Amino acid sequence: MPEITEETVKKISRLANLRLDADETARFTEHLEKVLEYMRKLNQLDTTGIPQTAHALPKQNVWREDQVLPGLDRSEALAGAPDVRDDCFRVPRIIE
Amino acid sequence: MDQDYEIVIGLEVHVELATDSKIFCPCPTAFGAPPNTQVCPVCLGLPGTLPVLNRQVLVLAIRAALALEATPAEHTKFDRKNYFYPDLPKAYQISQFDQPLALRGIIEITTPAGPKRIRITRVHMEEDAGKLLHPGADGRLGTAGSSLVDYNRTGVPLIEIVSEPDLRSADEAYAYLIALKEILQYAGVSDCNMEEGSLRCDANISVRLRGDQVLGTKAELKNMNSFKHIRSAIEYEARRQIRVLQEGGQVVQESRLWDEEKGVSYPMRSKEEAHDYRYFPEPDLPVITISAEMCEAISQSLPELPQARRQRFRQKYTLNEYNAGVLTSSRELADFFESMVDCQAPAQAACNWLTVELLGKLNAEGRRITQSPVGPEHLAELVRMIESGKISGKIGKQVFAEMYQSGRTPEDIVAKQGLSQISDPGVLEKVVDEVLAAHPGPIAEYRNGKTQTMGFLVGRVMQASQGKANPKLVNQILKERLDR
Repeated sequence: MPEITEETVKKISRLANLRLDADETARFTEHLEKVLEYMRKLNQLDTTGIPQTAHALPKQNVWREDQVLPGLDRSEALAGAPDVRDDCFRVPRIIE
Repeated sequence: MDQDYEIVIGLEVHVELATDSKIFCPCPTAFGAPPNTQVCPVCLGLPGTLPVLNRQVLVLAIRAALALEATPAEHTKFDRKNYFYPDLPKAYQISQFDQPLALRGIIEITTPAGPKRIRITRVHMEEDAGKLLHPGADGRLGTAGSSLVDYNRTGVPLIEIVSEPDLRSADEAYAYLIALKEILQYAGVSDCNMEEGSLRCDANISVRLRGDQVLGTKAELKNMNSFKHIRSAIEYEARRQIRVLQEGGQVVQESRLWDEEKGVSYPMRSKEEAHDYRYFPEPDLPVITISAEMCEAISQSLPELPQARRQRFRQKYTLNEYNAGVLTSSRELADFFESMVDCQAPAQAACNWLTVELLGKLNAEGRRITQSPVGPEHLAELVRMIESGKISGKIGKQVFAEMYQSGRTPEDIVAKQGLSQISDPGVLEKVVDEVLAAHPGPIAEYRNGKTQTMGFLVGRVMQASQGKANPKLVNQILKERLDR
């Protein structure tokens, strides 16, 4: 019984702000199910006694001191904005 | 009846940490800069950039946790909270999910029924979002068909402090916030400046019939930044929910906003998918191990916290609860008071002059104790002059006003203006005799048993001495003369 249905894909694409057509939805349903299949395989591994990890790298406590450095000029910062007004990024209206 | 219902409140408070630079990049955090002038590729979420944790954020967050009696985690990590909103350039906020910085704290608040301990669920670190500006002539968001974004605030370090649903009234919520703010300010974690948005609060509110064990359905009041507004918002929201239930309806679980002008809360119309944040570990930031040594060092550097200081003030200086509370409401004020005591001012008199005269004046002008034109040494000197009888209390007020205005020392003012109190019996007797000679009527009245006349005569003597006569001595001498 597949865990990924077209409904799941529609929900995920909505959350990810992606608009998928019917073909894409069908294709991704299949793909994601395959990914999960692989995960199910991994799940068969006996991990008793192995601590849970959030990272593959054995690094920890990587940080910098609290020091201010100059960032971008405003013109540079705004260079990639789709639209600019009053020195701000202008975006489609949000309703609140 | 409203009395049949119990209000249940839990608070989520976001506090800006007092760092110079942002949490994951070296941009400044200073408030009030022109839009988009404190940004870099990291906080703008440009592709290919990597965040690096500011160590001071961790230090201040641990300080806050310890000051709130919470236990810092041995291992903690960051997670991505995913949602789309224009103030969030990466489309995720770096926050903490299942391994927060610290768990299980306590804040003790004062209620009419006595002290009450409010449990804190967790303290975690996260980055702030940007600021949405309001174009449109009438100032309403988005009326011009677009919104403007300033990303200066993006990446400013925050801690979120989540309480258990232990609060039972708007007043308790208010007391909790005051206590929390005091603790964080004492610990030097944040300036908690409400006007600059350094402290913001979400309130989860539900109501249930008294005696019910199950919590009612809650509504969340979002993003409030004034304690007074929070109190009225909670009161309103609780009444609204009770009314819904009384009318046979059901409370809807939703986020609401508070409209202070109209005095009502209303549901947020958000396009966001309801709370499906799909948290996952932030792959760009390695995990953090907090050593016992680090906690110990931070714990050692914490100052005496408000509650302990309040208790010590009551015992050491025999102040009442109210005065001890006022004096310890900020670390700077408590320090000012103790500096006065260090300068040999008697505690009670120091407290009176500081809280009534100086604070009265500062508050009237909207100034803080740190902006006082009168320092603790000089106020202590003034108090000593009054206590030793060098000047009267009345003259003291005059001298104080002059000190506040000019910043001159009390000694200087008293000397230059000849304000020293007259305590020389010879001089006073002369003044008393002159006054008596001029008022035969009142003397006769006094001797006929109308002893209140004494007050009138004391007043005349004080007047004749331009307020400089030692009132105690004047009374003594007058009484002697009259009873003769």
